[in-house]
Amino acid sequence: MSAWPLWEVFVRARRGVSHVHAGTVHAPDAEIALQNARDLFTRRSEGVSLWVVRSSDITASSGDDRASLFEPAEDKTFRHPSDFELPDAVSHM
Amino acid sequence: MAYVTETEAESPAESDSNDSELDAQFLALIDADERIEPTDWMPERYRSTLIRQIAQHAHSEIIGMQPEGAWLTRAPSLRRKAILTAKVQDEAGHGLYLYGAAETLGIDRAELLDRLHTGRQKYSSIFNYPTPTWADIGAIGWLVDGAAIMNQVPLCRCSYGPYARAMIRICKEESFHQRQGFQIMMTLAEGSPDQHHMAQEALNRWWWPSIMMFGPSDAASIHSSQNMRWGIKRFSNDELRQRFIDATVPQAELIGLAIPDPDLKWNDERGSYDYGEIDWEEFNRVIAGDGPCNAERMERRVTAHEEGSWVREAALAHAEKERVRREEVAA
Repeated sequence: MSAWPLWEVFVRARRGVSHVHAGTVHAPDAEIALQNARDLFTRRSEGVSLWVVRSSDITASSGDDRASLFEPAEDKTFRHPSDFELPDAVSHM
Repeated sequence: MAYVTETEAESPAESDSNDSELDAQFLALIDADERIEPTDWMPERYRSTLIRQIAQHAHSEIIGMQPEGAWLTRAPSLRRKAILTAKVQDEAGHGLYLYGAAETLGIDRAELLDRLHTGRQKYSSIFNYPTPTWADIGAIGWLVDGAAIMNQVPLCRCSYGPYARAMIRICKEESFHQRQGFQIMMTLAEGSPDQHHMAQEALNRWWWPSIMMFGPSDAASIHSSQNMRWGIKRFSNDELRQRFIDATVPQAELIGLAIPDPDLKWNDERGSYDYGEIDWEEFNRVIAGDGPCNAERMERRVTAHEEGSWVREAALAHAEKERVRREEVAA
């Protein structure tokens, strides 16, 4: 028995916002993946646009990468404007 | 719509982690009320408990289409038919959200269906009861979906991210299910004496199975504590059952129907309703396979799956043909 491959579904909720991951569907090809995603994730007007991509085509960072990828940012608080104190006289900057 | 606590009866009780440092990090995330995501390390028993619980929940959603599907062709008006069709479609959708969440734990959907079809995984025993009248459709929405909501709202904060996210979607939709059921009951209860009687009979049939949906009483539920520690379960079976009863009794009174429990009465001291003894023998009998519709439900499910196999195969063959055609055009 051959199974349909897995697709990741991204939904744009309305104009002006990005597509956001909603979940997955199984489908034999992209066209049917879109149909299935439409039936599964937008039954209540949750979207105005859909993307589907084969799950096997996604490259994800692994849990083990977390420290090496994301921790270096933690000691660079100067990237945030809140790291800089301003004199009271300067109200907007 | 579904009931997850039955799973506990089979789930292992203690953690098997021998990697104490990873386990400590995992528990720290849970203590911080953070979510566990698919690529995180997790104890094998956390994984297997979740697979079993989410799968049982998914199976319940798709089996749950059957008792209601039985009334799609007999709904009393076009509007009721459209509503019921949408509800049954939602149940399929809920099953798919949940199978998707289970798959993030590294198990294949075909394998999960196979476990259902071969009886290695269960579905909620509530769906082994028949729907002899239209009022049963009302009672299912009002009581069964109402009980499911009580169980499921806390799961929106479950420690496993994909499950919690699926539950958020499901709970949003479940609320429509409960209201449509209550409206059916309300309409019948206000109708002719025969209609009122039909509603009361349906309530009589569904009340006890519905409050059994919360699972064994706390005293008999041996696996709750590990699931609580892991943030899979947040409230005890009895707590949720009591909440459901307290919410539902006034609704029945409002529409003039009587809860079929002679021992039911308000307890001022507790600020809750006391209720009669639950027949756990019946519960265990239905779980064990001896409910009114167990064989029928499984037979239908397996037949539907087998009869659909040519569609799945044809769609794959078509996809492959299209792929080759596109390659030829490109070449």
